[in-house]
Amino acid sequence: MNTQGKVFMYGDNVDTDVIIPARYLTTADPAELAKHCMEDLDKTYVDRVQKGDVIVAGENFGCGSSREHAPIAIKGSGAGCVIAPSFARIFYRNAINMGLPILECPEAVTGLAEGDEVEVDFDSGVIRNVNTGESWQAEPFPAFISKIIQSGGLVNYIRAKEGSAEA
Amino acid sequence: MGMTMTQKILAAHCGRDSVHAGELIEAKLDLVMANDVTGPPAIRTLEEIGAAPFDRDRIALVPSHFAPNKDIKAAENARFMREFARKHELKYYFEHGEEDFGIEHMILPENGIVFPGDVLIGADSHTCTDGALAAFATGVGSTDLGCAMATGESWFKVPEAMEFHLTGALQAPVSGKDLILYIIAKIGVAGALYRSMEFTGPGVASLQMSDRLTIANMAVEAGGKNAMFPADDVLLEYIKVRNPERFARGDYKIYEADPDADYVERLEIDLATVPLMVAFPSLPSNGKALGTFPETPIDQVVIGSCTNGRIEDMRVAAEYFKDRHVAKGVRCIVIPGSQKVFRQALEEGLVHTFIYAGCVVSPPTCGPCLGGHMGVLANHEVCVSTTNRNFVGRMGHPGAQVYLASPATAACSAVKGFIAGPADLE
Ligand code: SF4
Repeated sequence: MNTQGKVFMYGDNVDTDVIIPARYLTTADPAELAKHCMEDLDKTYVDRVQKGDVIVAGENFGCGSSREHAPIAIKGSGAGCVIAPSFARIFYRNAINMGLPILECPEAVTGLAEGDEVEVDFDSGVIRNVNTGESWQAEPFPAFISKIIQSGGLVNYIRAKEGSAEA
Repeated sequence: MGMTMTQKILAAHCGRDSVHAGELIEAKLDLVMANDVTGPPAIRTLEEIGAAPFDRDRIALVPSHFAPNKDIKAAENARFMREFARKHELKYYFEHGEEDFGIEHMILPENGIVFPGDVLIGADSHTCTDGALAAFATGVGSTDLGCAMATGESWFKVPEAMEFHLTGALQAPVSGKDLILYIIAKIGVAGALYRSMEFTGPGVASLQMSDRLTIANMAVEAGGKNAMFPADDVLLEYIKVRNPERFARGDYKIYEADPDADYVERLEIDLATVPLMVAFPSLPSNGKALGTFPETPIDQVVIGSCTNGRIEDMRVAAEYFKDRHVAKGVRCIVIPGSQKVFRQALEEGLVHTFIYAGCVVSPPTCGPCLGGHMGVLANHEVCVSTTNRNFVGRMGHPGAQVYLASPATAACSAVKGFIAGPADLE
């Protein structure tokens, strides 16, 4: 599994309130939430983002509330992955449970810049700048996490697992 | 490199000899827990999966937040959860008024449901409280919990560990609450982000279980994933009294950290040097030693919650109310954290002391701790609370100000009408 696209660069402590403001939490629909993704931090994000693009940010990405709407909004916006040196703990769980790939890699965050074309391979954990060929190694996902993400999230993963157990 | 207590427990629960920090694992769970806020969405997730509860003896549901139901919405949620528990004949469903009822993090230890070496998750961030029992316990979201109810498993990232090496002993009236406020003031609200907070050293033996539970409860306020205390004689005595059958069966396991366990950071704390602490609005890390700031008048005092709702806390508070009265213009709300604590406080005459000192005594509930009911604050009001969070709007109006403190400081403040400690009563 992989993703390829442009880099959107953000700073430290991007919190769940800017990822998806509380005023939009009356819905859990990914398409609806995606319309407001990053709105309070970067109004142009939603218009510019294309399928497969990669959000690259600073420390403690996703801090704040435990709302599962935050990774849903990012995934719904089309972004293929988030790379940061560290994530807030509950956001980290929620992202994987919602099927949004996230990688911790401080070196890649330092090495990448806004607009770079980047390719991320989730199986090997390799992050590659397509323009310069420079690459970085993040810890790859173990097989079961890859399966959760491939299934589109934890609920689907468990459904498939339970289903096969019953069959 | 050796493993910490947390790492050993996680390794055992994913069937491995060893794990290392940063690894993602799938672990078996001994217990999953939810409350009346997080339980209903978790149950809906379970229904969406189309699965039945993995084990009727390993799911705990506790309606402690907005109950006794504060409004119709809360009542509907509580009913939804109750009906689910009845339908599946869950062993651990707790109801108001019953002897085993109380705030979720109070009653798992109190009723002997968590033992050393257990792994449990709760859809509530303060699930880390149970780390005081040498168990791995951490908070998760409702989707996580719903899935765990279906499978009895959950995935974890093995945390890095931070060692808090304790020596000496706390000097009364300084308590576990002061110690954890002191630690959070030192390391900050993200000081233990992702990490397990492992308490070690000869000072641990001097801490009674009520103090350990208070300390572990607030690990999440430093960003911690879990807290971990060693299983020593104090703990073994505690679990033996609360669940003699399981204790006799030997159905638990004690894990000790390797001598070369991998700690990313180590803090030395001489317990004798910890002062009475007060965390100023609006972060638990804004701790200051009592006596180092100007007189601060207050409107309300809350004594209770999963942090400080135990019988030891009630005893300490009652000591300062004996033959004294709550200051004019101050409301003091005392909330025993469980029905057992309430009964004990009644039998020891503590409730009598509270009532005659001018306190309001509430049935066990989270109540004002999360701005729910039973003492919500108005704009500009100032409150001294033994709870764990003083964020903007946490206990009511965003313009209210919450100071976190120990039961001793809270009680003395109620008597004086400003933030005060035992020394101010003399
Ligand atoms: S008492 Fe407060 S912190 Fe504890 S479970 Fe209830 S709301 Fe949460």
